[in-house]
Amino acid sequence: MARRIGVFVCHCGINIAGTVDVERVARELEKQPGVVFATTYQYMCSDPGQNLIKQKIEEENLDAVVVAACSPAMHEETFRGVCREYFNEYRCEMANIREQCSWVHDGEEATEKAIKIVKATVEKLRDNEDLMPILVPVEKKCLIIGGGIAGIQAALDIADAGYKVILVEKEPSIGGRMAQLSETFPTLDCSQCILTPKMVAVARHPNIKLLTYSEVLEISGFVGNFHVKILKKPRYVDEDACTVCGDCEEVCPVIVANEFEMERKPRKAIYIPFPQAVPSTYTLDREACLGLAPLTCSQCKEVCEANAIDYDMQPKIIEEDVGAIIVATGYDLYDKNKLVEYGYGEDDDIITSLEFERMLSASGPTGGKIIKPSTGKEPKKVVFIQCAGSRDKQHMPYCSSICCMYTAKHALLYKHHVPDGEAYIFYIDIRATGKGYEEFIERVMEEERINYIRGKVAKIYRDGDKIVVCGVDTLTGRKVEVQADLVVLAMAIVGKEEAVKIAKKLKVAVDDGNFFKESHPKLKPVEALTRGIYFAGCAQAPKDIPSAVAQASAAASKVLSIFSKDKLEKDPLIAVVDEEHCSACGICVSVCPYGAMMKMENGKARCIEALCEGCGTCAAACPSSNIEMRNYKDEQIVKMVEVVI
Amino acid sequence: MSFEPKIVAFLCNWCAYAGADLAGTSRLQYPANIVPIRVMCSGRVDPEFILEAFRKGADGVFIGGCHPGDCHYVSGNYKARKRVEMMKKLLKEMGINPRRLRLEWVSATEGQKFADVVSQFVEEIKELGPSPWREKK
Ligand code: FES
Repeated sequence: MARRIGVFVCHCGINIAGTVDVERVARELEKQPGVVFATTYQYMCSDPGQNLIKQKIEEENLDAVVVAACSPAMHEETFRGVCREYFNEYRCEMANIREQCSWVHDGEEATEKAIKIVKATVEKLRDNEDLMPILVPVEKKCLIIGGGIAGIQAALDIADAGYKVILVEKEPSIGGRMAQLSETFPTLDCSQCILTPKMVAVARHPNIKLLTYSEVLEISGFVGNFHVKILKKPRYVDEDACTVCGDCEEVCPVIVANEFEMERKPRKAIYIPFPQAVPSTYTLDREACLGLAPLTCSQCKEVCEANAIDYDMQPKIIEEDVGAIIVATGYDLYDKNKLVEYGYGEDDDIITSLEFERMLSASGPTGGKIIKPSTGKEPKKVVFIQCAGSRDKQHMPYCSSICCMYTAKHALLYKHHVPDGEAYIFYIDIRATGKGYEEFIERVMEEERINYIRGKVAKIYRDGDKIVVCGVDTLTGRKVEVQADLVVLAMAIVGKEEAVKIAKKLKVAVDDGNFFKESHPKLKPVEALTRGIYFAGCAQAPKDIPSAVAQASAAASKVLSIFSKDKLEKDPLIAVVDEEHCSACGICVSVCPYGAMMKMENGKARCIEALCEGCGTCAAACPSSNIEMRNYKDEQIVKMVEVVI
Repeated sequence: MSFEPKIVAFLCNWCAYAGADLAGTSRLQYPANIVPIRVMCSGRVDPEFILEAFRKGADGVFIGGCHPGDCHYVSGNYKARKRVEMMKKLLKEMGINPRRLRLEWVSATEGQKFADVVSQFVEEIKELGPSPWREKK
């Protein structure tokens, strides 16, 4: 219990002192019982400010300190660090008289309120206990959800550093969206060619356990000690035995659309999504298969020389303990059918950007030929529409970030394929902010003679063989009408639908675009609000490949910093049960969201330190007030209430 | 002299308190009648704190938590919501207008909302006048 409290009131230049009479605050606080010293200083967080606190702790023999300054979110760490040299850090508290006082109020009342806030902080501090952080062991293994380029990069970084990685991918192969792309802007290198080596490296890495065709079912625990349940769906083909000879595919009588090809190319019920798939194995799609039984059709099983096909394969639940989690679930395109007001719905010759990517790919549905899907002929006029669903209040208000660049790439590649063709791009603005991006756009505009039309498309409709695209060129004010053979929509990027479910399991938030919410938009763009969970790639926001890779490496480095320690420090501000007086009603056990309240044999409750997160729900629910939150005791809060009124 | 209500605000650390900080960073002005007490979660607010505040002469009690689904501790705000409903009934029986107790969801990005709801609440309490328990004190 603190008996010699010092109060240090910060001017924060004029940020506080311009509104609050800081001298008066100090003088008033000096009168408070237990406060033996109070002073003010220009910038308490500066070196001289910190030294002043140290000096006074020594001179005045202080045993606790209140710093009245900015929000504890800003400088609690700073001042606790200063005090740690002399006494337990919980003998230091901050009173927020800037964000929640001087910046939002004026005149006399600001000073009055500041005094109340500081007094309340003194009251709380008086009854703070000395606490040491709780040390919890770290499971040095990382779960990565999503095997696109971001997940792959993070997995390789962590595995190369010598730690185990569990990489979970929902699809039969890793590779994600990048595997679907033809060439990448602005250098036009082939996407597959730069991605495949990384995919293979993942498959080969001794530290990476790759679980494809798998989904995360449950996640519990906390940083350093998560427990996850993963469902490995049966692919009915033994991954290790399959030699990818393709005999099974040949005999399979069932034809369905291949998702990897944006459903523009068929596949069999037994299939490999694309030739470079990792793991290199066939997968039997149960939904499409005639019956998984020798009676109905077992042609694939019969021809498989490697004996790799097993109709009796069962779903497997795999349980793992991991210390950290990286979420890299990637993106989907916004549903073009939702853009009905433009007439974008079902029309064979209006396709999405990803469908066009597949068309450009040598292994794609058309073998790399650009065609007008309804006729199979070469389109002589192509209209590209940017911001389809993006920057649109009716749909997705944000910029999808990569569409300007890949549309330019699309138009360029189209011109290379069809030199006598005409390409039109409707755009709102051109956003080319990456390295070499502006130059790329210039090149496309000037060398390739693409018609850039600044303006939104007002309407699209079919007229016989053509698709008519109408809009206004806002630079000239003229109406534009293009009779197109093919229309390519640069669809808005949205987070995966599954992201919402995964977010629930992780107890983190997603925004309206299904993107995971980072802890701080500027200073913590990789971290979730919950410690030990990180984001990479388009799961967090639309981004290009270099940014996704960079964020993945950033997430990996965060994970590595957790793994660099054998024990993690956990906040000791947890619940404590007065076991002697506990009435064994069990309410706390039922309200605790973490399962941290354990019912003992005698029916009484005990708090499991490692699991408790310190929310205080149990303390508020305990009917006999026998649970206390360390340093947020009922008594402390009640006293604070008293002085603020 | 006009009536200046005394209001205690329990703000959860992760959303409402951060939202109040953002109101500050954005220099949004609101009445100084409201004095914040930071708690880790809106679920920490014991009915006893609310009663104690009124007993000590508060004219209003404000609780700020994360939006449904966003509580840093998963479900503390749902518990807070239930408790507030219960407390409103209890307060009514005790002769305190339940409007003197207000629960609001304010996210860390809603500085404007914080300033707005707080200003509104202060206005409302001004209309209601001093708490009947003030004299008792
Ligand atoms: S943490 Fe904000 S309501 Fe629970």
